[in-house]
Amino acid sequence: MAINYIYPEYEVVRNYDRCISCRVCERQCANLVHHYDTKRGKMICDESKCVACHRCVALCPTRALKIVKSDHTFKENANWTGEKITNIYRQAESGGVLLASMGTPKNYPVYWDKILINASQVTNPSIDPLREPMETKVFLGHKNDKIVRDQYGRIKCDETPQLELQVPVMFSAMSYGSISYNAHKSLAMASKKLGIYYNTGEGGLHEDFYEYGPNTIVQIASGRFGVHPDYLKAGAALEIKMGQGAKPGIGGHLPGAKIVGDVSKTRMIPEGSDAISPAPHHDIYSIEDLRQLVYTLKEATNYTKPVIVKIAAVHNVSAIASGVARSGADIIAIDGFRGGTGAAPAAIRDNVGIPIELALASVDKRLRDEGIRNDVSLVVGGSIRSSADIVKAIALGADAVYIATSALIALGCHLCRSCHSGRCNWGIATQRPDLVKRLNPEIGSEKLVNLIHAWQHEIKEMMGGMGINSIEALRGNRAMLRGIGLTREELDILGIKHAGE
Amino acid sequence: MARINAQNQYYKDLNKLIRSCGESDIELDNVMGQRFIACGMKGKNFLIHGVPGNALGAYLDGSSIEVTENAQDAVGDTMNEGRIVIHGSVGDACGYAMRGGRIYIRDCAGYRAGIHMKAYKDKQPLVVIGDAAGSFLGEYQAGGTIIVLGLKQNGKPPVGYFCGTGMHGGKIYLRSDYPPFDLPPQVSCREAQKSDLDDIRVKISEFCSIFNMDKEEIMSKHFLVLEPNSANPYKQLYTNI
Repeated sequence: MAINYIYPEYEVVRNYDRCISCRVCERQCANLVHHYDTKRGKMICDESKCVACHRCVALCPTRALKIVKSDHTFKENANWTGEKITNIYRQAESGGVLLASMGTPKNYPVYWDKILINASQVTNPSIDPLREPMETKVFLGHKNDKIVRDQYGRIKCDETPQLELQVPVMFSAMSYGSISYNAHKSLAMASKKLGIYYNTGEGGLHEDFYEYGPNTIVQIASGRFGVHPDYLKAGAALEIKMGQGAKPGIGGHLPGAKIVGDVSKTRMIPEGSDAISPAPHHDIYSIEDLRQLVYTLKEATNYTKPVIVKIAAVHNVSAIASGVARSGADIIAIDGFRGGTGAAPAAIRDNVGIPIELALASVDKRLRDEGIRNDVSLVVGGSIRSSADIVKAIALGADAVYIATSALIALGCHLCRSCHSGRCNWGIATQRPDLVKRLNPEIGSEKLVNLIHAWQHEIKEMMGGMGINSIEALRGNRAMLRGIGLTREELDILGIKHAGE
Repeated sequence: MARINAQNQYYKDLNKLIRSCGESDIELDNVMGQRFIACGMKGKNFLIHGVPGNALGAYLDGSSIEVTENAQDAVGDTMNEGRIVIHGSVGDACGYAMRGGRIYIRDCAGYRAGIHMKAYKDKQPLVVIGDAAGSFLGEYQAGGTIIVLGLKQNGKPPVGYFCGTGMHGGKIYLRSDYPPFDLPPQVSCREAQKSDLDDIRVKISEFCSIFNMDKEEIMSKHFLVLEPNSANPYKQLYTNI
């Protein structure tokens, strides 16, 4: 019926003066937007299939293509936007839940952009990172509350297992299945070169990547896919996934169509069968139950690896984090509601959870107030977009950050938010061999290394500007931050002053 | 063989002692609620006297465990390989996400037994429960086999509520005259065919010999087979934007 007709959101503009009908765009587009019309002797396109991923634009040898947002519009209405109207058409047609990918595109406040960083002038000299040593190394894990010495009086450092990071950044959980083999390989190789860690997500660890074990965090989610003793032993740390910022309170579901070949083998479920990770772990209904899983993992690995508990940033996150800190977890990872996902119901992604900045500030304060901040390290994610975001996160109290979307962008992701289709033209969120091979892990890992090195340099510059030469001295140093355009309430929650105060 | 007295030992100390013990055959006396016994262990044989605590044999990787009394929650959680025998009953979430090996329970299992059980190629986990299981048996089951014999149930379904909710793989065999009244839509129930009965016969032989039960008498009663209607129960739920 005509009422279901949805005008394409993007238009493909082709400059026919430049187009040489080489058909690269046709070959590159897994969404089948372009094709060659032999009768008319020219390239034509079906823009209704276009997801604005820019693959064709980037590979067009004559720069004949661009993607523009359509100016086709409904009668303007601030309440009933075109998006709201078309979503109703879609759901009235299918009866299905709206499925979306990546972090919410909605216009929620980004507090990072409303926080400014301090610098020294005159009295406390700034430091030049080019000529003076600057320490960006951090250790994540439970810290003993008192110093223990051996018989020779030397400090014993290895009382509790720690993760050692050369830069306070880790690649956060993305499962093999949600992203490709080559994407995983790029992350693994980069982590090794950078002296940091990547995270398997809940889809198990491909046998080829066991060699990257010392730089791997293995995840355990409710579905326990690909979880067995060798997997636990392979990782440098174990992460229990309780929640994800993009979809707090709901679980994961990798459709059977993506459970093919090695994905099936790595998850240890038959090809074509759905991989269902429900929201709750059905053996965890309390902090005591969580403690049981934490200690099951510690016992299974002989207390040699730190255990991370990952939770989504939700309204009572500080009380929850306080409980988690008492569960025996060594590290708490908090994922903010702008965090990415390979697939989530849009209603959840766009409406559930709270921003990571507020969650972090409130958790850090709560743990300090309760005197248990040093029992755990705090890792935050959920849209860390730049080195400045990292500096602000650390000054708000984080030990390190988790990045995923930024890492994928470094690998070529253009944030078209169509991961759930499985037709990623950049070879990242797909299992189609012809698409996967478009991502070269050697080049991909190099780009990741470049990004983190660039950020590390910027972090050092900003630290130097503040007169701080060790990232440890920046952690929780909220005096280095000022809010801009924030209300008294927001400033109170963030625990910072307003600019000019 | 090593014999360890667990009396008044904290679980951490007891498990440390077990891990450092070089023997492959280990007998534990006076166990009373110590958790995580034999967690992740490979190539050992445990004989346990007393009631072990939660997560007995979690991540078990090919050891054999025999408990002469009851056991508590999370027996064989995410077990990979091996055998666990319980001469009594177990608590909740027994065999959670079990992916290989066998668990034999002489009497009853609590809630959520066999939840998230999975199978892949030669890894085919099996749970046999002699009498009855609580609610949510085989919830989200993705593979493997659960057999509930209802030996003291006089033909009533030997399961609680919501049996097999979210099931999308594997099989549940119930020795019962009629199906549970509240089977969820994802689960289909049918009479056991000859091939099913042959399968059951093979799968309960070890159980019967361990607990000295008469296999033919067990097989003489009526069996039902619960299977998922689809390997993709959530397929139709989404609309792409």
